[in-house]
Amino acid sequence: MGIAVKSVRLTVAIAALAGAVGLASPATAAGKAAYPEQMEWSWTGPFGTFDRASAQRGLQVYTQVCSSCHGMDQLYYRNLTDLGYTDDQVKEFAAQFEVQDGPDSFGEMYMRPAEPSDPFVNPFPNQAAARSANGGAYPADLSLIAKNRAHGFGSIGANFLAMLQIKGSSSGADYLHGLLSDGYVDPAPEGVDLMPGQWYNKYMAGGAIAMPPPIYPDGVEYEDGTEATVSQQAYDVATFLAWAAEPRLEERKETGVKVLLFLAIFTGLLIAVKRRTWADVKH
Amino acid sequence: MSSHSAPSFKNPVVRWVDSRLPVFSYMHAEYGTFPMPKNLNYFWNFGALAMVVLITMILTGIMLAMQYTAHIDLAFDSVERIMRDVNFGWLLRYVHMNGASMFFIVVYIHMFRGLYYGSFKQPRELLWILGVVILVLMMGTAFMGYVLPWGQMSFWGATVITNLFSAIPLVGDSIVTWLWGGFSVDNPTLNRFFALHYLFPFLILGVVMLHVVALHVTKSNNPTGIDVRGPQDTVPFHPYFTAKDSVGLGVFLLIFAFFVFFAPNYMGHPDNYIQADPLVTPAHIVPEWYFLPYYAILRSFTDDWWFFSWFLSWIMDAKLAGVLAMFGSLIVLALLPWLDTSKVRSNRYRPMNKWLVIALVIDFIILGWVGGKPAEEPYVAIAQWSTLFYFFALLVLTPLIGWIERPRPLPASISEPVLKGGGSAAGATTAKMEKS
Repeated sequence: MGIAVKSVRLTVAIAALAGAVGLASPATAAGKAAYPEQMEWSWTGPFGTFDRASAQRGLQVYTQVCSSCHGMDQLYYRNLTDLGYTDDQVKEFAAQFEVQDGPDSFGEMYMRPAEPSDPFVNPFPNQAAARSANGGAYPADLSLIAKNRAHGFGSIGANFLAMLQIKGSSSGADYLHGLLSDGYVDPAPEGVDLMPGQWYNKYMAGGAIAMPPPIYPDGVEYEDGTEATVSQQAYDVATFLAWAAEPRLEERKETGVKVLLFLAIFTGLLIAVKRRTWADVKH
Repeated sequence: MSSHSAPSFKNPVVRWVDSRLPVFSYMHAEYGTFPMPKNLNYFWNFGALAMVVLITMILTGIMLAMQYTAHIDLAFDSVERIMRDVNFGWLLRYVHMNGASMFFIVVYIHMFRGLYYGSFKQPRELLWILGVVILVLMMGTAFMGYVLPWGQMSFWGATVITNLFSAIPLVGDSIVTWLWGGFSVDNPTLNRFFALHYLFPFLILGVVMLHVVALHVTKSNNPTGIDVRGPQDTVPFHPYFTAKDSVGLGVFLLIFAFFVFFAPNYMGHPDNYIQADPLVTPAHIVPEWYFLPYYAILRSFTDDWWFFSWFLSWIMDAKLAGVLAMFGSLIVLALLPWLDTSKVRSNRYRPMNKWLVIALVIDFIILGWVGGKPAEEPYVAIAQWSTLFYFFALLVLTPLIGWIERPRPLPASISEPVLKGGGSAAGATTAKMEKS
């Protein structure tokens, strides 16, 4: 047997191992996860926009809770102006975090406060450090989690209907909300074997999750005075993550409405032209 | 028709150029006065639509390539930069991404048109074969393009599909190593896929040119499948089909735009928004939707399938059988002009074969459906029976029905079904041959 086959076997073996310790998410028929409650999201539909207040609260949840383990590598502090923050607020927000810069004129690397042009500071310097701090499990980067967990609504038909209703990646946000709010079940149901350091979450494919329940009632104190229930925090952070995954969504939908309107009128004209042209052809 | 006599152009510059390089005469003859059967229905729009999509893909692709970085550490991030920071980058990428799906939708419908109305038959065999070549090139292009964002499905799809070549006896493993440029899908693989993904569309464009040249020799088939008898059966391409193709284009763009602006990720796989990780295998690796029927055929060949163990297991292993069947499913299409033994082109007049074509379409859709399902029952059995039907229908039933079927009587001419007796409306249909 050649190298090609061997390397595949190796990766499959590693994957099986990873699956066994709950790092991968095997959505096999045996471990089919429950479908989370479908929430109303502000950013679905043809005119959807992100609820700024909710996304700002979500940023607070991310900063105070999630960001101790999860990075958001695709996001820059400057992006936060999209959420309604002023340039000064963004500057102030970024300055809380330290980034390494350099080399300076002496060839030394140095630390400085982050600026709006910096990407979100990752809690860990690299994947190995993240794994070692979390018992071998890698806390996924959250930049695109709302999109890469959008596995749909359970069937081809349901997905098609959701597409027509322009629900976009909302199944990903439903999943995040469910996973963080009512997903954790303790103790785990009969027949589920958990390894040390694992919890049971009914929305996690396979059931086992390495992340301890992260959200508690009043775990954060919202700056706008909203009551920080578990569901509220989960909802807000899901909104924030949906924005982070697709920050151009509003521009896209706004453009789309104009484009479709134009095309509809233009196609109407083309139909009229075609009818005139063909009027005297018997066919 | 006077389609090949050189028109006289009023503009002296045009006249000067045309007498030295007859591009204007050519365009006039091939897209102005070119005779088209007047009874074409909207299925005949899809060739023009495919051309529009191809050009859209090339243009958006070139602009994306200006922002994209073909390196395993940077590719995923560069795509996200296009989505977030490049002006209208999200639009370029979503058009390109959904354009690939649209291309396959359009081309599959275009092929169905050819299949149903017998456009592949004499004298259009080469035209049809060139079309199959375009499909194969498209599949290669789409496959390599899907690898470029370097997401999980990019990486694992590339791993699975390139590994298929290891099924080739003796040299298979060496070929895979050669394809990869190393011992796994890695940076050299990504680099060459990018180079080839940029090259292939121009190969497609070249074959499309041949396809169009061949079309303009044999001229378009039509829904009755009978030959054009004279000018009373045709209208000039312009303005009749420029107008009709424009309507189709408008409707098509509406659908295309809906996906781009309101459901851009509907036809994609969410896992491709996770950066490729060679150490984490996705739960099930699936190709893009337009490959699912072929993927189902590939996966049908398992060691415990009765068909395989009865007929093939003594000569090859299941993997090779699957690979051969997958490529065979395309080769069979190229042979269709000789597999179909009926002289009648259009299935309008073929009461038996019509149902075979419809059954084949349903079979192809079923194959696509099970191709996206995990390899477990009942999907495996459904895929296996559908695979058998696909080949049985094309290799056995198609020639057989051609022999035993009694086709319905053909009309005397294209004009006849509407004009009852035909051939008297020449004035009306050729009157509109306007300006150059």
